[in-house]
Amino acid sequence: MYSFTEGFRQAFVLILHLDAQLIGIILLSLKVSGLALVIATVLGLPLGAVLGLTRFPGRGLAVSIMNTFMGLPPVVVGLFVYLLLSRKGPLGFLGLLYSPTAMIIAQTILAFPIVTALCRSAIVSVDLIIRQAAQTLGATRQQETLTIIREARFGILSAIIAAFGRVMAEVGAILIVGGNIAGYTRVMTTTIALETDKGNFELALALGFVLLSISFAINFVLLRVQQRSLGRTA
Amino acid sequence: MKLLASHIRKVYDEKPVLVDCSCEFADRNITVLMGRNGCGKSTFLRICALLEHADGGTVTYADADSVLPPDLALRRRITLVLPRIGVFNTTVSGNVAYGLMIRGVSRREIPRRVHNALAFVALEHKTEQRALTLSSGETQRLGIARALAIEPEILFLDEPTASVDEENTGIIESIILKMKEEMRTTVIMTTHDRDQAERVADELLYLKNGRLEALR
Repeated sequence: MYSFTEGFRQAFVLILHLDAQLIGIILLSLKVSGLALVIATVLGLPLGAVLGLTRFPGRGLAVSIMNTFMGLPPVVVGLFVYLLLSRKGPLGFLGLLYSPTAMIIAQTILAFPIVTALCRSAIVSVDLIIRQAAQTLGATRQQETLTIIREARFGILSAIIAAFGRVMAEVGAILIVGGNIAGYTRVMTTTIALETDKGNFELALALGFVLLSISFAINFVLLRVQQRSLGRTA
Repeated sequence: MKLLASHIRKVYDEKPVLVDCSCEFADRNITVLMGRNGCGKSTFLRICALLEHADGGTVTYADADSVLPPDLALRRRITLVLPRIGVFNTTVSGNVAYGLMIRGVSRREIPRRVHNALAFVALEHKTEQRALTLSSGETQRLGIARALAIEPEILFLDEPTASVDEENTGIIESIILKMKEEMRTTVIMTTHDRDQAERVADELLYLKNGRLEALR
């Protein structure tokens, strides 16, 4: 029978010996989720700013859609991207299915609404007086906008960190579009699922610890960011 | 630079706030605008400072008899300190540097002008403090320093002492008088404090029923 304590011991041995397979999986996870986050931020922050700072027909609908998509089920996103990239799908000719690129696309779709909706929320919560102060000091419209975004920076950082936490922890989408191919598309969460199925608990546990540590680090940073943002506009 | 407001009219929710306000503001004077709460003092000030549009009448800025267009260049020669100044979440010096940075003033020049502005309002010892931690009186002085750093030709102050203690009220009044003496800035301010108006005003206006009356 599997020994619980022995499993933990071997997991720590793997971590302490910087096992090459383990390191490879961790780095691929960070690369996929990190790149997805960068793309989601590059697209989501400007959209969040537009939704937060401008008025146009359909804005309320766009905000509602983004808020709804914050809770997109990863497996549904995985299925959607799979259908897009599969050989008979509209983007099948790109040959991206079962590649890290497909995983980045899926995670970008998951992170994008989170970054957009939370950035918008951070931007609209900036006191209106800030915009007026910028106007009185001679700011152009563009400088006003940048000033508001800068005032919302802690909220924006929280949004990015929250999205990173979400994509780092998800398994459904990348399992479907990445295929969990060893040494190519196998990341932390998919490895944990697979190795648990196979009964190889050491690697699964070791990755579980690493994932938990990353989640802890993310939440620690998030808390510090939120603490720094405390303070009212006078 | 001269400022002329003629026949300013403003209506809010079908209620006329400003009916027919005209005034020529003398260069390098302190003009104080008085009136009851809600009578439209701030609205008139904001219209004169080009932050709000009037429903009727004109605001004209002129330089040596040529009328200036109400563009960014003009907006950057004047400024208004709001009653709640709108502190940027950064240091005291970061707040004062803001107006200079958006004007593209050189990085070598900014620290000197920030220091001078803070010294003028006696806040130079708080340069690196986070601005949101200042007291209400200090915050109001920061608002004035932020405005002074950009060396405005006309400075509008909307109720600069409405929410500060007696000590800071005295400090702010002496800053206003010093601005006129040393910087030769035209100051146009609102207050509901009659004694304060008497202490600092060269010209005293009273806004009543949407119209301006000159008291001094």
